[in-house]
Amino acid sequence: MNFDRELDARGLNCPLPILRAKKTLGEMQSGQVLHIIATDPGSVKDFQAFAKQTGNELLSSAENNKEFEFHIKRK
Amino acid sequence: MGATPDIAVIDDLIRQRLDEILPQKLKEIQDSKTPSLAIIATKGTLDWAYPPFILASTASALGWDVTIFFTFYGLNLVKKDISDLKVSPLGNPGMPMKMPFGPDWFKSVNWNIPNIVQAGIPGFESVATSLMQQTIKNNGVASISELRELSQEAGVKFVACQMTVELFGFSHDDFVDGMDYAGAASFLPVAQVSDVCLFI
Repeated sequence: MNFDRELDARGLNCPLPILRAKKTLGEMQSGQVLHIIATDPGSVKDFQAFAKQTGNELLSSAENNKEFEFHIKRK
Repeated sequence: MGATPDIAVIDDLIRQRLDEILPQKLKEIQDSKTPSLAIIATKGTLDWAYPPFILASTASALGWDVTIFFTFYGLNLVKKDISDLKVSPLGNPGMPMKMPFGPDWFKSVNWNIPNIVQAGIPGFESVATSLMQQTIKNNGVASISELRELSQEAGVKFVACQMTVELFGFSHDDFVDGMDYAGAASFLPVAQVSDVCLFI
């Protein structure tokens, strides 16, 4: 999937991946896509909730070799 | 001359119409409202410093309005210098005592040290605190100062209880910038309209 910005949140634990994602999305334009890579297993549920609450669309969520990848489109 | 309108019929029409409109209207009101979180932080140790700042920073990332009211030992969490926050395993049976170094089998050992021994060893708390800080770092968990900074950057309101500031002999200079100083009468109206209110 294409994306405009990438956030490496590997090794970071709750709530840092969410906080970093929020900050990065804040620096992006509406409609742009952020690609996040995380290792915190809690981030799967957390990014779902984050997207629902903030209205930024979670385009994809996938697990790959103990790494979690997300694509979020800025509102 | 028209007939007098029948009140019962009108009431019935209004009720029907309200049933149709109200759920949608209530949903609109709910959706347009910014959720809010009000926290009272009363503990001043390294372990108890986490819940208020994790919840506050996360709530603000979700777009919520957040206020933290720091009172009693919670004031320790907003001092400029928080390098002296400690955690104590003494009289704290819920706290696992594990080593942050060595092979995995060694790290998983829970060191069950009797209270009387903990109390008798000078500097036990400081050692436990540095082990905890190392564990926090190893696990990619944010430091308290980082979470506090992120909270403040995100617009979380910090309010210190003026009464306990005086009671403990602190001065406003001891605390981070951007604090408000107030009392219970200021916090309660904030708590009243908050969606989530926590005493930590």
